Amino acid sequence: MKLTGAQALIKSLEMENTEVMFGLPGGAILPVYDPLIDSSIRHILVRHEQGAGHMAEGYAHATGRPGVAMVTSGPAATNIVTPLCDAYMDSIPLVVITGQVPYSVIGTDAFQECDTVGITMPITKHNWLITDAQDIPQVVAEAFHVATTGRPGPVLVDVPKDIAMQEMDWYWPEAIDLPGYQPTTEGHPKQIKEAARLMGEAKRPIIYAGGGILKARAAAALRELAEMTGFPVVTTLMARGAFPDDHELCLGMPGMHGNYTAVTAMQESDLLIALGSRFDDRVTGKLDGFAPEAKIIHVDIDPAELGKVRRPDVALLGDCRLVIEEMIKAVRADQDKKGKKSGSRWPSIEKWRNHLRDYQERYPLVYEQFDDGPLKPQFCIDQLAALSPDDTIVASGVGQHQMWTSQRWTFNHPYTWINSGGLGTMGFAVPAAIGAKVGMPERTVWAVDGDGCFQMTAQELVTASAERIPVKIAILNNAYLGMVRQWQEMFYEERYSEVYLSPDLPDYVKWSEAMGCVGFRVDSPEDVGPTIEKANEIDDRPVVIDFRTDYREKVFPMVAAGTSNSDVIIDPDTERLRGK
Amino acid sequence: MNGELAPKHHILAVLVENKFGVLTRVSGLFARRGFNIVSLAVSPTEDENYSRMTIVVDADSAPLEQVTKQLNKLIPVIKIQELSPDQAVERELMLVTVKSSSEVRSQITELAAIFEARIEDVGYDAITILVAGRPEKLDAMSDLLAPFGIVEIQRTGLIALPKLGRRPARLRAVKDQPS
Repeated sequence: MKLTGAQALIKSLEMENTEVMFGLPGGAILPVYDPLIDSSIRHILVRHEQGAGHMAEGYAHATGRPGVAMVTSGPAATNIVTPLCDAYMDSIPLVVITGQVPYSVIGTDAFQECDTVGITMPITKHNWLITDAQDIPQVVAEAFHVATTGRPGPVLVDVPKDIAMQEMDWYWPEAIDLPGYQPTTEGHPKQIKEAARLMGEAKRPIIYAGGGILKARAAAALRELAEMTGFPVVTTLMARGAFPDDHELCLGMPGMHGNYTAVTAMQESDLLIALGSRFDDRVTGKLDGFAPEAKIIHVDIDPAELGKVRRPDVALLGDCRLVIEEMIKAVRADQDKKGKKSGSRWPSIEKWRNHLRDYQERYPLVYEQFDDGPLKPQFCIDQLAALSPDDTIVASGVGQHQMWTSQRWTFNHPYTWINSGGLGTMGFAVPAAIGAKVGMPERTVWAVDGDGCFQMTAQELVTASAERIPVKIAILNNAYLGMVRQWQEMFYEERYSEVYLSPDLPDYVKWSEAMGCVGFRVDSPEDVGPTIEKANEIDDRPVVIDFRTDYREKVFPMVAAGTSNSDVIIDPDTERLRGK
Repeated sequence: MNGELAPKHHILAVLVENKFGVLTRVSGLFARRGFNIVSLAVSPTEDENYSRMTIVVDADSAPLEQVTKQLNKLIPVIKIQELSPDQAVERELMLVTVKSSSEVRSQITELAAIFEARIEDVGYDAITILVAGRPEKLDAMSDLLAPFGIVEIQRTGLIALPKLGRRPARLRAVKDQPS
């Protein structure tokens, strides 16, 4: 069967079970958009290519399937660089197709030419420039394989316009042959046994669960391991929801804005079981002061993560789910062996658990909402969580609102928390929420956004209205770049440099209405609940609520940059507000 | 150029797919991870599908383990061998053009003979010499030629293969290591 390169590309995407793609056409990619008309693939026409990339990320986060985006050459390709880098940092499987100027004129500075493969080389897991239409099915199959296996990540396929118009003989590759790419998925049995032995000796163990748990679909395995050992679990920003927040073993989020108990539990631990986590600087604080007494068991599918930051005592290369399942067996065997020998299985860690419970009581997250205002951002988030379905998917941007949402929302299901962790991309929330809603149309999807973030990508609400994707956006509008303001207040002697935005420029309600959404404004605490309920009832278009929140509110606890996790700054009002 | 190898260096023999852009991927990775390359030589191998890169890495700039693990993540990288200097045959090639009036020419050719170097080209007032050997030998040669006035030097960077000892060479195939 003779096909054009463009037809082969679309057909290859169909062969990979692509049900939806996000994109925007333009000169060099025009030939590929033509056969799309006859394809089963749903195409979401975005308003800016960055939106396409983040939507694909949100889709991938929520569904576990690779997100697909397609844009043209030059400026479109550079516009999707931020989502590629974001996905690279957070290990999100993306397949991005870019148009390119005809192969015959590459290198001549042709109109809308840029070295897309060169630019994206350091921020993709791999990328390809197609030089022959005959290669298209093979490359697309390889691209999906690389994006979704091992440590997932974004890939990019650059398609010159003349190659898309070239004829080829259709085929579908039977096998992928990449001799330089063979991820190890099964853990080493000896190491697993050694891990179980260390776990059996630990007096102050902590399971340090990272985003890899979600990538490996290992939430159920993690729960089984935690329950059989009784080990407390911290879930990093990328792993919120990987272990239920309402579980008695859950300590919540560690790190720079983690809660006191989670941060301090890691500091005092004698064994950290790192599962799909990477000892990020936002988790460890000052590295040489991090968890000084802890032995480390480190499970990761990326060999380069093992020993990159902290040298593990037991390094376990493999897929988190497969390794945890083997760990469960090894733990059971070790417990049985010790049980036979001495009558009791593993030593009790009840003392440690009680110690942590005491921290939880003494150092809760606190805030105070007065009836007559000002409106506290934490109150808005609490109300949102209380009044939305239990399995609501929450997306966020980057900054104070992100930290508050991660701290306060009770995530009881995996794949309900979507945010930009590694790269910290402001403007992530709106398009990511749209992508999540496309992938999970039956679920309620809220984006909790900041006013600074919202202004970066709000135009995608036009996309959402046009495509009838009823996402809900809660703007915590404090009229500032809030996290920057917090740092300037705390570390720059209250010298507020270029940080004030405005509460009413733009008018968020009018702007939302202009984009086809329903817009609400909330100034006082008593309107928060009723407005959220109204928003939750709307199911035929996007909704935006402009919450006018208190700009003085800061995110606590906080470990200041460059300091040790032993020096947690807690909310100065903790003592007074505890139990309120 | 001072060809003296850093006191702590590692030689990596990296087998890569012979495709365009692979050199960029490898050198780009070194740049963005902050690893320093002392020298880099690329050449075809006995199999036309593959090229071999001999990379000399400054061991002080990064732990070797991170270098090899990150390199391994590049899909066109097939195999990495770490060659420890005492277990490898290491050679480098140098072309040097040195000022040479008729009065000193015999001194220079005598020096070349001691180093088993070859005279490759002779001009009116300069000659070009080719010398091969371990980097230290090349350093010594260029030091001794310096007083005559060096016009230009070109060195290839190190290439290396494992020694064929009576016992199996201590190669470390890094690609298949579990951690």
